[in-house]
Amino acid sequence: MATTITATTLTAAAPGATTAPVQPTLLRLATAGSVDDGKSTLVGRLLHDTKSVMSDQIAAVERVSRDRGLTGADLALLTDGLRAEREQGITIDVAYRYFATATRSFVLADCPGHVQYTRNTVTGSSTADVVVLLVDARKGVLEQTRRHLAVTALLRVPHVVVAVNKIDLVDFSQEVFDRVEAEVQAVARDLGVEDAIAIPVSALDGDNIAERSDRTPWYAGPSLLELLESIPSSEDPAHEAFRMPVQLVIRPQGAALDPSHVDYRGYAGQVASGVVRVGDEVVALPSGRRTTVVGIDLGERTLEEAFAPQSVTLRLADEIDISRGDVIAAAADAPAPTQDIEAVVCWLGDAPLRPGQRLLLKHGAKTVQAFARTIDGVLDLDDLGAVPADSLSLNDIGRVTLRLAAPVPVEDYAVSRRGGAFLLIDGHDGRTVAAGMVGASLRTLDPAPTRPEGDEEWDI
Amino acid sequence: MTSPAAYPQSATPAMGERRLSQLDALEAESILVIREIAAELERPVLLFSGGKDSVVMLHLAAKAFWPAPIPFPVLHVDTGHNFPEVLAYRDETVERLGLRLEVASVQDYIDDGRLRERADGTRNPLQTQPLLDAIAEHRFDGVFGGGRRDEEKARAKERIVSLRDEFGQWDPKNQRPELWNLFNPRHRPGEHVRVFPISNWTELDVWRYIEREDIPLAPLYYAHEREVFRRDGMWLAVGPYSQPRDDETVETRLVRYRTVGDMSCTGAVESSASTNAEIVLEVAASTLTERGATRADDRISEAAMEDRKKEGYF
Ligand SMILES: Nc1nc2c(ncn2[C@@H]2O[C@H](COP(=O)(O)OP(=O)(O)OP(=O)(O)O)[C@@H](O)[C@H]2O)c(=O)[nH]1
Ligand SMILES: [Mg+2]
Repeated sequence: MATTITATTLTAAAPGATTAPVQPTLLRLATAGSVDDGKSTLVGRLLHDTKSVMSDQIAAVERVSRDRGLTGADLALLTDGLRAEREQGITIDVAYRYFATATRSFVLADCPGHVQYTRNTVTGSSTADVVVLLVDARKGVLEQTRRHLAVTALLRVPHVVVAVNKIDLVDFSQEVFDRVEAEVQAVARDLGVEDAIAIPVSALDGDNIAERSDRTPWYAGPSLLELLESIPSSEDPAHEAFRMPVQLVIRPQGAALDPSHVDYRGYAGQVASGVVRVGDEVVALPSGRRTTVVGIDLGERTLEEAFAPQSVTLRLADEIDISRGDVIAAAADAPAPTQDIEAVVCWLGDAPLRPGQRLLLKHGAKTVQAFARTIDGVLDLDDLGAVPADSLSLNDIGRVTLRLAAPVPVEDYAVSRRGGAFLLIDGHDGRTVAAGMVGASLRTLDPAPTRPEGDEEWDI
Repeated sequence: MTSPAAYPQSATPAMGERRLSQLDALEAESILVIREIAAELERPVLLFSGGKDSVVMLHLAAKAFWPAPIPFPVLHVDTGHNFPEVLAYRDETVERLGLRLEVASVQDYIDDGRLRERADGTRNPLQTQPLLDAIAEHRFDGVFGGGRRDEEKARAKERIVSLRDEFGQWDPKNQRPELWNLFNPRHRPGEHVRVFPISNWTELDVWRYIEREDIPLAPLYYAHEREVFRRDGMWLAVGPYSQPRDDETVETRLVRYRTVGDMSCTGAVESSASTNAEIVLEVAASTLTERGATRADDRISEAAMEDRKKEGYF
């Protein structure tokens, strides 16, 4: 870790300047696992046992639970807030809840387990730093467990915790825990997840959630909360190459708030990766024109450097042609724009994807037309490898080859989550139909790519 | 407690490492969202009530485009029962930032019979129609709202960029996937998106940010003496739209508001917090949600907010 950087790199005496080391860091957590395995109950328990639930909310949950003839409060109701969810007793869409301890602030995304709502689970996990995968100790690994673990692995969520839940229903048995853990770890390894940590828990009773339980004396590890508090925060962006997709060109001209800014010209965006300093040489992509950063602004404040994920505005030495959607990158280490992409996608559209289909692709701040050349395989959830396919259906994970109408500076998703992530959008109704990861691969069982029928030479 | 923690490294960043504090991370996300919607859509508008959340949103928008002005107008759906000091604050803020203000007036709708006063007197649910009409009339395609997920359990479910059909309806059972930080506000003609840039902020984050950035607010957020009476466990202000019934007694109390809405159904909380720093401490120690403490209308039914949102409410 780079620890040599001075503590405060901001020039302006900003109120509450950034990078104060005592501030709690933000950790985003998403739940995963099959329907009824206890995800919502676990999130409710975590909130409840850390005293993060306001008294009017817990009173409302107790009231509803009582009306249903339950003896205790059903903590899943803290996140299952939609009418339809409460009627059916399942989670339909992600609920976001917030709580903080002395060292950490948490965003909890409680995701649905039902296969019909997989797109919502992908939504919740796509921004997660850690996925807590629940497995019912009585049932072990189910199809949705595999699907969610596959999604977690593909999204490269940095940390995975396996909560072997309902341990109260198997007499707190170490043997059952060991068996289920081994089963999950085998699937995880097949999917390339090496460092999943398993905990025996009862979300219903709170065992090993906030506090360690004395009903699992054979378990010597941390409680879930202890584990979450000790997860290292994300990598220092100094280790990454600088990239910033340009969202807007800011040129106030006559409309400037202050007459001194009529000639202001800045490129606004969020630093996707790395660090940029005043004086750095950068390159605009896809044009390849080079220039130097002469100023970095965050509102009225002037910064000496900016790093991911700050939203800033860069001023450049030369008036080169840069517009929305272009990427400003470190000159020494810039990605090559390409019109051909191989990627793994989670297909989230109701209608299937077929070779030859035209779509829109959004990467960073750029949206271009795209054409599905081939479908190179679909993930078989039993074998956890790719098998040939003519199309991808809702909730399939598949490998595709795309041709783009204009070059886009994508990166390998394994190198940069931000640089390798894209959406596929239906150009007719605007729906988001796929989450894409550039360069990702599936274990190949039998590669046999399908070609678009009768149109081999098709080019955009 | 000593624990064989599974992760050897410390979660707390070491001195000098580049890490955004929670507030800075939230600010960066909000600015990203605001810029992206302004760039992708043709006619965005920002809902501005003069309340703290919409003020924070406006402050973030000003940062997002600086030194250019905010490139869209603001819209206030005026219930006609607003606190006069909030309206004054609204107008000052619009003036200070050089914004264009559109007002959709519930009173106009009541006066000409398009809407009827409800039996319970609250006008919050009446805002939906004027809001949707204003969206249609101005052909707004993106509507920024200051809703936060921590406010209410239906809001906790909503996307940052949330599609509305041609009737302005939200379909919570069929929301669009929202992946990474790639926002997709595309929609068919007649549809629009609601955008919640401060979705992930809590009430405490909002107050810490107001304190840090020294954002001016309407005075009724700070402790002041006011004539109030007790109803449904809340302190309601005595005013033109909220009068005590015979069995309710008027008292003068030191109070402040945690939310500002319709005067007839927004309760004050007893408080002596008169500075941002004091409010931060008070909010951090609070055991009630801001809606639970102050909104009579949300107590009507378990799913009051969800039902209103489905119809097109904020
Ligand atoms: N005995 C026992 N029951 C549990 C435990 N955790 C959850 N349950 C019960 O399992 C059922 C399902 O729990 P939920 O939390 O709703 O499950 P979920 O994983 O969120 O379900 P979906 O979101 O619909 O996929 C409920 O009846 C819970 O009370 C546990 O640790 N022990
Ligand atoms: Mg659930």
